[in-house]
Amino acid sequence: MLDSSLQQMGSALRSRKISSVELTQLYLDRIAALNPALNAYLTTDAKVSLAQARAADALLAGGNAQPLTGIPFAQKDIFCAKGWRTTCGSKMLENFVAPYDAHVIGQFNRAGAVNLGKTNMDEFAMGSSNETSHFGAVRNPWDKHAVPGGSSGGSACAVAARLCAAATGTDTGGSIRQPAALCGISGLKPTYGVVSRYGMIAFASSLDQAGPMARSAEDLASMLNVMAGFDERDSTSLQREKEDYARALAKPLNGLRIGLPKEFFAEGLSNDVAQTVEAAIAEYKKLGASVVEISLPNSRLAVPVYYVLAPAEASSNLSRFDGVRYGYRAPDYTDLTDMYEKSRAQGFGAEVKRRIMIGTYVLSHGYYDAYYLQAQKIRRLIAQDFAEAYKNCDVIMGPTSPSTAFKLGEKGDDPVQMYLSDIYTIAVNLAGLPGMSIPCGFGAANNGNPGMPVGLQIIGNYFDEARMLNVAHQYQLATDWHSRAPQA
Amino acid sequence: MIPYYPYSNKIFTMPLNNADVRKVARLARLAMSETEIETARSQLSGIFTLIAEMQAVDTKGIAPMSHAQDVSQRLREDTVTETNQRELFQSVAPQVEAGLYLVPKVIE
Repeated sequence: MLDSSLQQMGSALRSRKISSVELTQLYLDRIAALNPALNAYLTTDAKVSLAQARAADALLAGGNAQPLTGIPFAQKDIFCAKGWRTTCGSKMLENFVAPYDAHVIGQFNRAGAVNLGKTNMDEFAMGSSNETSHFGAVRNPWDKHAVPGGSSGGSACAVAARLCAAATGTDTGGSIRQPAALCGISGLKPTYGVVSRYGMIAFASSLDQAGPMARSAEDLASMLNVMAGFDERDSTSLQREKEDYARALAKPLNGLRIGLPKEFFAEGLSNDVAQTVEAAIAEYKKLGASVVEISLPNSRLAVPVYYVLAPAEASSNLSRFDGVRYGYRAPDYTDLTDMYEKSRAQGFGAEVKRRIMIGTYVLSHGYYDAYYLQAQKIRRLIAQDFAEAYKNCDVIMGPTSPSTAFKLGEKGDDPVQMYLSDIYTIAVNLAGLPGMSIPCGFGAANNGNPGMPVGLQIIGNYFDEARMLNVAHQYQLATDWHSRAPQA
Repeated sequence: MIPYYPYSNKIFTMPLNNADVRKVARLARLAMSETEIETARSQLSGIFTLIAEMQAVDTKGIAPMSHAQDVSQRLREDTVTETNQRELFQSVAPQVEAGLYLVPKVIE
């Protein structure tokens, strides 16, 4: 059952081969056994999960089930879920119990899904290795000395280790795709505005987007059908017709034009990742696709632009944490300013403080034009590069991450090295395009270390999620990389 | 040299000193020890070297892009849509009394 698709689980539940309570208990037992070593979940609540499962069983018995009814999911701890501790990976919110549901959580609840718990993440989603979590790093289930990627590392780990049927993530600069690549699972960041940000703790509001993380493209489609849709409580939620993201899955790939950005295969990409991605492209040619070389000349500026814009937005968003209305307050202080400064200094971790400092600096008087405005202008150039490229291709492919999972602690002291691990994913957020990562093989084994998963990144044009899922699904019909599982 | 940013080269190449970091920390309301300021200065300098790559790009005539989709902000009727949940929301506050959030005295 643990390796079944969401569709198979749904039909097993509807035909009463298994009950939601049994399925939920199966996962809860696995979490109890495996989570102490993996640290993927920050909070579980068996009583609440099983109550949801019983409610789902009642719907199933009454013939009122929807496709995801009774299926147990993990939720990234960035989503407020009413009555659940919601920490965002931070000491600042260590004891915060959300008084309301994020839109995404509400959508899963309305679909009759079961919430297994909240997954670990980099603090406030700022990180690419999960090491910035206040609650300790998540381990990569393929090699417990390696990072799972970040910031949605707990979700990626939980999916790969079969500690949930599938999970949610959020992606500001690669936080769904990079951990999906490093843990050998599939993950999709939709077009900006497709999934509501309501109740999703804000990092960089013009870039943040929630999306599904699962074991296959087919599962991603089922989840996106539940997660996507207009929500008036998010001012950037887009008003669009409801669509079925699974509608194109079966389409053959004859005639598909794949754009390969030459900048994504240049210096900085490790050999084993390059070879594995090239083998995946060769497989696509066998499936009937053709390949065109494209250029994204401004993509090299994506990292610098991102490290102006995202911290600027973060410094503004995180100013709400002042120790007054919610969150951590320092035990000792002399006056109001001292209370703010100590509460924030003690409640935030080093990386979050670093980004708040960058953001505060680039927004401060005299620097705004040179940094923030210049970054916003280059952001448009980056988006224009993609628009130009899509004149000659249908999807863009390349590596998700320049290397496979690195070791815990390896990039600890050098923030810039860590930032460069998102070099291929960040431009997609800046342009607001949809992007996904699917497993396409394993890197080289060396010095007794196992070969680690490699992710193929698929970037689509705006609102082209159904086609990207089709492109990913056809590859997954022809290969079995997505069904490989780490040894428990 | 970017002519329409008369001061940009200076800004991009100006090394951060501890006084700059102290000022930013104060603006950001983050208490920092002198050791932390020194560490932050060295790490922020590395990050600003990375960011300085933006300097050479000619962006004359390019409109800034603040959002991925060029849609205008939605407006709604000015009506009450939320119910009062003060007690629920205050239940997660560090210190409240009689429905009020408590903070240190600000007026003598």
